Amino acid sequence: MSATGVLENASRLRAELPPDFTDGVVASLFDDADRIARRTVTADSRRARPALDQVLDRALTHRVWGFVVMGALFFGVFWFTIAGAAVPSDLLYRLLVDSGHSWLRGLFVDTGAPGWLTGLLVDGVYLGTAWVVAVMLPPMAIFFPLFTLLEDFGYLPRVAFNLDRVFARSGAHGKQSLTMMMGYGCNAAGVTATRIIDSPRERLIAIITNNFSICNGRWPTLILMGTIFIGSLVPPALAGLVAAGSVVVVAVLGIITTLVVSWGLSRTVLRGETSVYSLELPPYRPPQVWRTIYTSLIDRTFKVLRRALVMAAPAGAVIWLLSNVNVGGASLAAHLVGGLAPVGWLLGLNGIILLAYVVAIPANEIVIPTIMMLTMTLGSVQFGVQGGVMVNLPDAQAGTVLVQAGGWTLLTAVNLMLFSMLHNPCSTTVLTIWKETRSLRWTATATLLPLALAFAVTGVIAAVARLAGWA
Amino acid sequence: MNADLPLPVSRTSAELDTSGGGSCGSCALNNVANLEKLGLHSGRHDFVVALAGNPNTGKSTVFNALTGLRQHVGNWPGTTVSRAEGAYRHQGHAYQVVDLPGTYSLLSTSNDEDTARDFLLFGDPDVTVVVVDATRLERNLNLVLQILQITDRVVVALNLMDEAQRHGITVDARHLARELGVPVAPMSARRGHGIPELLDSVAQVARGGTAPRARVRQRLAPAVERAVDALAEQLVAEFPGLANSRWVALRLLEGDVSTERAVRDGTLGDVGRQHASRRDLVTAGQATS
Repeated sequence: MSATGVLENASRLRAELPPDFTDGVVASLFDDADRIARRTVTADSRRARPALDQVLDRALTHRVWGFVVMGALFFGVFWFTIAGAAVPSDLLYRLLVDSGHSWLRGLFVDTGAPGWLTGLLVDGVYLGTAWVVAVMLPPMAIFFPLFTLLEDFGYLPRVAFNLDRVFARSGAHGKQSLTMMMGYGCNAAGVTATRIIDSPRERLIAIITNNFSICNGRWPTLILMGTIFIGSLVPPALAGLVAAGSVVVVAVLGIITTLVVSWGLSRTVLRGETSVYSLELPPYRPPQVWRTIYTSLIDRTFKVLRRALVMAAPAGAVIWLLSNVNVGGASLAAHLVGGLAPVGWLLGLNGIILLAYVVAIPANEIVIPTIMMLTMTLGSVQFGVQGGVMVNLPDAQAGTVLVQAGGWTLLTAVNLMLFSMLHNPCSTTVLTIWKETRSLRWTATATLLPLALAFAVTGVIAAVARLAGWA
Repeated sequence: MNADLPLPVSRTSAELDTSGGGSCGSCALNNVANLEKLGLHSGRHDFVVALAGNPNTGKSTVFNALTGLRQHVGNWPGTTVSRAEGAYRHQGHAYQVVDLPGTYSLLSTSNDEDTARDFLLFGDPDVTVVVVDATRLERNLNLVLQILQITDRVVVALNLMDEAQRHGITVDARHLARELGVPVAPMSARRGHGIPELLDSVAQVARGGTAPRARVRQRLAPAVERAVDALAEQLVAEFPGLANSRWVALRLLEGDVSTERAVRDGTLGDVGRQHASRRDLVTAGQATS
């Protein structure tokens, strides 16, 4: 074939050239660029680079202060989110869940709809989605604009710069810190973003560990647990700060897990050299505040919310069916929860939480609503608490229900936060991992490794806590 | 009509009004009337426009300004990892816009950079808009020069002029256009300044109105030059019509894997045929106008 003729000729000609001829090719390009730039650009040397940029960079990428500022900024973002979301969340709760649910229920009963239809649509689908809106919308509406403002300002690449050294030492690619940042929005997006990593070995490490970046769907779980269990340990004046602190601690634990797992992988199954790369620090740009708030609301908040609703509606129906279809004197949910209870106990969780995580495989967003609905329907059966089919209550009382009806302790809350951070990625992310790797083996690894880790960590903590008599 | 005048749109940063207001405000309004953002429009299009450039130069901002879409824009390199497509209509012609991932070089190794290079080389866009950062011109020019080796149907969008001004950097866009031999449109896409001028330049190049001038030809060592010439000749014989034979030859000499694949699986033959048919079209168009 003649195409092979071309290739043969190319390799013959290549053999005649000096081995480093490509250096010359690149150098001549750079020379041309340099020449043209010198003739067209005049820089006013006094204003060559604004002093403010330099000062900021010196502080934000400082060996010590860089990390201090990083911690403070993220803490600030979460505190603002938790403190700011409390009131609107309560309001939405009263509006959608309290009043909305009883109004809709009344409407169904008045029109003479059959009991199962009212149950399925109102107690299942409607309540599930209303819960998700009330729990997720306010924090997301605050968190995403703040995060996008940081991104727009040019801060995130500085975080990557700070973390680069640590990542390199753990045998991973420095750019993994960027894909990790993307994972804080959505792990599926984070996995796609690993395309910026050249070496297949380091890319796989980045894909497998992206799960430990807490995604949209998991922030609400952490924020709620932090608020009602950790924040309540201290006087009310400090509650918000401590709650935010606990969320930051879990997020930092996620980064540490990422580093440890990366290190483990690069020492065992994914051994190899660490690539060298260059990372360009973009200039600081004054964020376009209103535009950013608008687009992040439209692009992120509502997109995430829509996804949550799409998942919550059928999940609400499933939960209602599970709790209301009776087999052998108890509901399906009671059977499942009972079956999962021993494992749940070992992990310092309970059967309801594990069942919720099974129901929530398509989307982490619905974990908390599922736990609440199951606890309230099963609680009266299993824990002897008085109450109707569904109890409606604002955020502040959710803790009481979990403690009284669910038998929750501080151990449950802490382990739920850790389980949420560590456990397997959602089905969308698993699908994305499959698309990016085209390997059953690595997709399975990326799914099961985190799950195993979640079981191990929560199991050990539960055992230690019980031995020490804390729980 | 001055379609035969290859006058690149060019202004220096001092002339570029970034404060809004003034005469530019009204001219932008007039021209914006010519721009119809078509969003995801998947219908017929007359021209394909590729948006290329270094990471974090504002390609997605330009893309959004042209198509009315809301591709996520982030102030960091690597926000776009796969290509996004949209469309707009300008002066009666429909343009399909392809937003490519940012790349520092076409001599690439990573997945997202390959996406950009393969599209420029094998996707054969009618116009390639290279979005460059006016505050970092030298490094950005490396990519511009490499793209100019693949195609001469290029418009340079000199973006972030407002930032350059703030940093005390002046870019002589007219001189840059002369050096490169292609139109240069100074702009600040974030503020929407310079979009109409960019649209005009793209239209000119798309319709073959801007005759590419003798442009910078990469100087190579004599031995390399001879090898490239010999291989390029063979390539043209093998794949008639191939416009960027010298570039392909150089890549083959370097042992570039994806270029070798393109030779083997016939992709390069298709590209050659596309180039040939476009040349016929443009020649015919110029004969009738």
